[in-house]
This record gives sequence, C-alpha cells and structure tokens, in this order.
Amino acid sequence: MRKIKFSTAINEATDMCLNKEKNFIVFGLGSTDPRRIFGTTNKLVERYGKKRVFDVPTSENALTGVSIGLASSGVKVLFSHQRVDFSFLSLDQIINNLSKWYFMYGGQKSLPITIRMIIGRGWGQGPTHAQSFQSLFSRIPGLKVVMPSNPVNAKGLLISSILDPNPVIFLEHRWLHNLEDKVNKNFFLTKLNKSRIIKKGKDITIIGMSYSSVELKSLEKILKLNNIDAELIDLISISPIDYKTIYKSVFKTKKLLIVDTCHVSGSIGSEIISKLIQKNVKIFNKKPVLLGLPDFPVPTSHGYISNYYPSRKKIFLEICKIIEINKPKYYKGFFSNKELDKPKIFDGPF
Amino acid sequence: MNKNLALKIYENFYLIRNLEERISKEYLNWQMRCPTHLSVGQEMVSACINQVFSKSDSAVSSHRAHAHYVGKGGSIKKMISEIYGKETGCSKGLGGSMHLIDLKCNFMGSTAIVGNSIPVGVGHAMAHKYKKENRISLIFFGDAAIETGVFFESINLAILHKLPCIFICENNNYSVYSSFKERQNTEISIHKRIAGLGIKSIKLNTQNWKEVFKILAFAKNYVKKQKKPIFLEFLTYRKYEHVGPYLDNHLGYRPKKEILSWQINDPLKKIKNFLLIKKISNNKISLLEKKILSNIDKAFDYAKKSKLPKENNYKKYLFK
Repeated sequence: MRKIKFSTAINEATDMCLNKEKNFIVFGLGSTDPRRIFGTTNKLVERYGKKRVFDVPTSENALTGVSIGLASSGVKVLFSHQRVDFSFLSLDQIINNLSKWYFMYGGQKSLPITIRMIIGRGWGQGPTHAQSFQSLFSRIPGLKVVMPSNPVNAKGLLISSILDPNPVIFLEHRWLHNLEDKVNKNFFLTKLNKSRIIKKGKDITIIGMSYSSVELKSLEKILKLNNIDAELIDLISISPIDYKTIYKSVFKTKKLLIVDTCHVSGSIGSEIISKLIQKNVKIFNKKPVLLGLPDFPVPTSHGYISNYYPSRKKIFLEICKIIEINKPKYYKGFFSNKELDKPKIFDGPF
Repeated sequence: MNKNLALKIYENFYLIRNLEERISKEYLNWQMRCPTHLSVGQEMVSACINQVFSKSDSAVSSHRAHAHYVGKGGSIKKMISEIYGKETGCSKGLGGSMHLIDLKCNFMGSTAIVGNSIPVGVGHAMAHKYKKENRISLIFFGDAAIETGVFFESINLAILHKLPCIFICENNNYSVYSSFKERQNTEISIHKRIAGLGIKSIKLNTQNWKEVFKILAFAKNYVKKQKKPIFLEFLTYRKYEHVGPYLDNHLGYRPKKEILSWQINDPLKKIKNFLLIKKISNNKISLLEKKILSNIDKAFDYAKKSKLPKENNYKKYLFK
C-alpha cells in the first residue's frame, strides 16, 4: 500500500466525495489560492470547476448561514477554516442555527454540513491562532465533533462526516498534516462516534486526542522500557463521547491519564472523568490525572512554551507517578523539548 | 390595479390581520406560552406574496414571521398549534412562534436572532442557482437587521455570486423600543446606503399599497431577467408592542402623531375602499370576510383540541 500524508488524505476524501455526490459544494478561504489550504484542496477546482469548489469572502458567519441554506435545499457542504480561531466569527450561526435546525423545526430538515477547522500550534501562533476548543463545540447539543489523529482515520472520518446527514465539526491539528501513513486507495468510511484503541494494556488507561494521540504513541518505547503495559486510546469522537470503550478500559485498569489539547477546566478530559465517577464512584484506585493547557490564553514567545504545552517528559512522569515507578529508565534522546514549538515531522508553513 | 387582483390581496391581508388580532385576544388566556411578535400593521408586503411569486419560490423570515408564513401559504392550523405548543404544530412545538416552517409552500424557516436567517436565504438562492432551478429566494427582515454584520456579509455574497434572491427590509422604525434615529444614519435612507454596495435598491411606503404589488412584480422580473439580486425597503408600522399581545402607546416612545397617521393610512381600509369603488359588492366582500373568520375559528379549534407533545418526545430530534 502507498504512503500518503495526512493533508493528502484530506484531499483524497474530499475528491472522492465530490466525485460521488453531485449535490456537494466545497468552499472556504484559500480553497483555490496557490497554497490550497495547506495542500488539502489541491487540484479540486481543476477537476470539479469553480461552481463546486470556490474561494469566498472573509465572511465566516454568513458563509455558515449560507451552508445551512444550501444543505436545507439538498446541497451538501464542506466549509473550511484555516484556523479554529476564525470560526469563532460564525458562532451565532453554529450555535443558534446549525446545531438546532433539525431540532427546532421538529426534525424536518437535517443539515449535511461539515466544517473543517485547523488547530495551530508553535512558531508563535499565540493567543488567537492556536486555540483548540473542542470543549466549546462539544458542549453544543446537535453537533457531532471529531478529531482525526492520522492519515488513515482522517480520510475515513472526513468521508463519513461529509456523508452524514447531520452537522459535523472536523478538527484537524496542523501538526498532523505532514504525518505519513499507508492509506487504502479506496473509498471507505470510519465511524464518527467510536474511539480507537491504539494499544491494548492492563496497567493504566491513557486517552489522547488529535495531536496528543501521536504524542502518546511516541511514548510506546519508553513505556515498554519501564515495563508499563498501558492501554492507549485515541478519543477521535469528541461528541458524542464513546463511553462504552472508555468505561470498559478504565474499569479494567482502574487508572486514567488524559492528555487534552485544550484548556483543562471544563475540558473534554474533565467531562470524561466526571462522567466516569458519576457512573461508578469506585472506578479508580488512583486519582485520575488530566493534562492539558493551563487556563490562560496561548502565549506567543517560544520562551513561554516549555511549560505551557504538556511535554512528552511530563506525560511520562505523570504515568510513572500513577503507577508508582520511582526510578524510571530513560533511553538516550528522550528529553527533547524542541517538539513543543516545532515537531520533527513539521516544517511549516504554520 | 385589476379589481380581482385587489380582491385576492384583500383576502390575504384580511386573513393575516384577523389571525393576528385573534392571537392578541386569545393570548390573554395564558395558553399560548411563547414569545409572540405580532405582524398587525405590517401585512401589506405579505398580502402580495402569493399573487407575485410561485409556491416553489423559497422564503425565510425573522422573529416577526407570522405574516410572511401565512402570505407564503403556510398552514394556519399548524401555525396556531405551534404557538399553543401542540404536537400538531408546524415545528411540533419545538420552535414556537419564532420558528415557523412549512415545507409544502417552501417557507423554509424563521429564526429568532436578528439578521441570522438572511445568510440562510442567500444559501437557498445559491442552491436554486446551483441546481439550475428557476426559483427565487425571498429574504424577510426588519430595519434592525441592517445593523448586523451578517447582513452585509450576506448581501455582498449575493451580489458577488449574482444569486436569485430578493432582500425585503420591512422598516417599522423601531428595534424593540429603540427608535431608528438612535440606531442608524437618518440622513441617508437604508435603500440609498445599500445601493452603494452595487445592488439595485428601491424604497416604498406600504401605505401606497398598489405600488407594493408593482414593486414586488418588478423585483421578480428583475431577478429572473437580470440574473441579479435586488433590495427592497418598505416603510411600515407595527400596531402592538414589540413582543406580546398589548398596545404599548402609553410608554411614550412612539409619537402619538406617528401612531395616528399609520392608523388613518391603514392599507387594509384603502384596499376595501378601492374594491367598493370598483363595484365589488359589500355583500361579496362580507361573505369573503366571514369565510376567512370561520377558517381562523377552525384553526384555533384545531389547535386547542390538539394534544400537547409527550414530554420525552423532544429527544427524537437531535440528529437524523
């Protein structure tokens, strides 16, 4: 099987849906510009014409409403924002219309709309270009929210999102775009409401989402070195939460670490811990730990970053604390903090 | 103006007026339990809709949507049931007065946040064009919507993409209790400001009732022939308070002279006078009026007899 980048997988999924669905439109700032939304819309306008793939005015709110008009008239929509932060201009349409259109008219018109939002990080993205905020979107009833974590699930999830009759918020971490993997050439779906078990284990459940799932996967070597048999879960579905998978895992391991990509208070991680305790007060035999961003805006200078994003080292040390490993073993090169501002796999543009 | 056409417009107008007046009365019984924005005084444009536009043309509206819904051909039984919160309501009691929909006549929805159905209407126009359907999207809103960002975003997009839509601004001079002069530049009227965006824009006082029909017919023709959107500003006036069944003249935010002038120039009276002058018998008119009032009675009976929804049924409508 050929290897492709995450961004190519997004492109391929969009292309396949354009090919399959006659009444389907793709737009967003940069969709047809020279950079093509980080390459994710490459060659689409050439293949399908500017009637179906087009650039738009900087009018996030109206375009979300326009998507609702299109979808309620039978035209599916994929609308992209190059940063999550820009989508906040459309919160009126998202919260007051998009999420409740099916509900408030008594189930008469569902809205097949997918909104891609790209999460920035590093290289001084700062307060208004690096917000993740899946917590915000997940709190709005009537939206499905997904976070792909690799090229394979990016393709399957995007196809499923576009074909779903309901609105889906599709959150892509920019640092994932260059990640390569073997991806099936064919058209395939990935369930929107299921978490993925990256690795089975019995000692502790560790949940990641989006880029933090990649970080968890990169801990496999050091976990093995320390004889920690962790169960790694990639959350994928932010709303609804796949409690069946999570509960089963935590019930088995009795220990939980969650690495969120958003501010910790009121986060998805926080919500998961709360729901697990509400279901079973004795589910944990060690206090659950939540890592994420502090409840401060994202600072710009890379001088601030070493303590802002949870590092691999910090994640690993938390695991050791929970499992009570006092003298963990390290391999050479484990302590590298460079990835906090720019990972090896990613050279920008940011 | 042809007398048969005038009679049709009168019929529509009379229905909307009396349906709304009836809501105002029945509302006092505390059984219609949702915020209700009456259209009394603002019926003129709505009364012409079905005489100008096709059923297949789509429409969206705002919080004050009753007239547009009825004018477009929406079921009055379902609308009254919706306001009563019954399961037979047009939105199954999930939306209320501010969230009306009737897909049979392509009334695609009204929303309760000022300005936020405007882009949805532009989206309908984009879909009509994309599917090569010969349909127009009617977008109803009030003067306060001109103050929202989303209005300008939406009209820019409609102009840019040459979309088949008609922006219909019914300017009643007030946003709740806030007068137009507190909110917008009164030196240049709305339609003149909007014309500067590169869209044909026309203003008309709805007291000039015959012209309302003509302007709407012109607009339809313009959109179809020129393949461009158009903006219409209609001056109008609401009789009742912003929301609710009462008069609010005692609050003093609206000058007495202004209220009186709109009462005297009520288009409904003018149309009736026109019909009488054109030798349509009083008897014929009153038979028509009785038939309309009886339909309104039936709508209220239907709504009152309908059941309230089962308390957990709302859970069926989160996702398709």
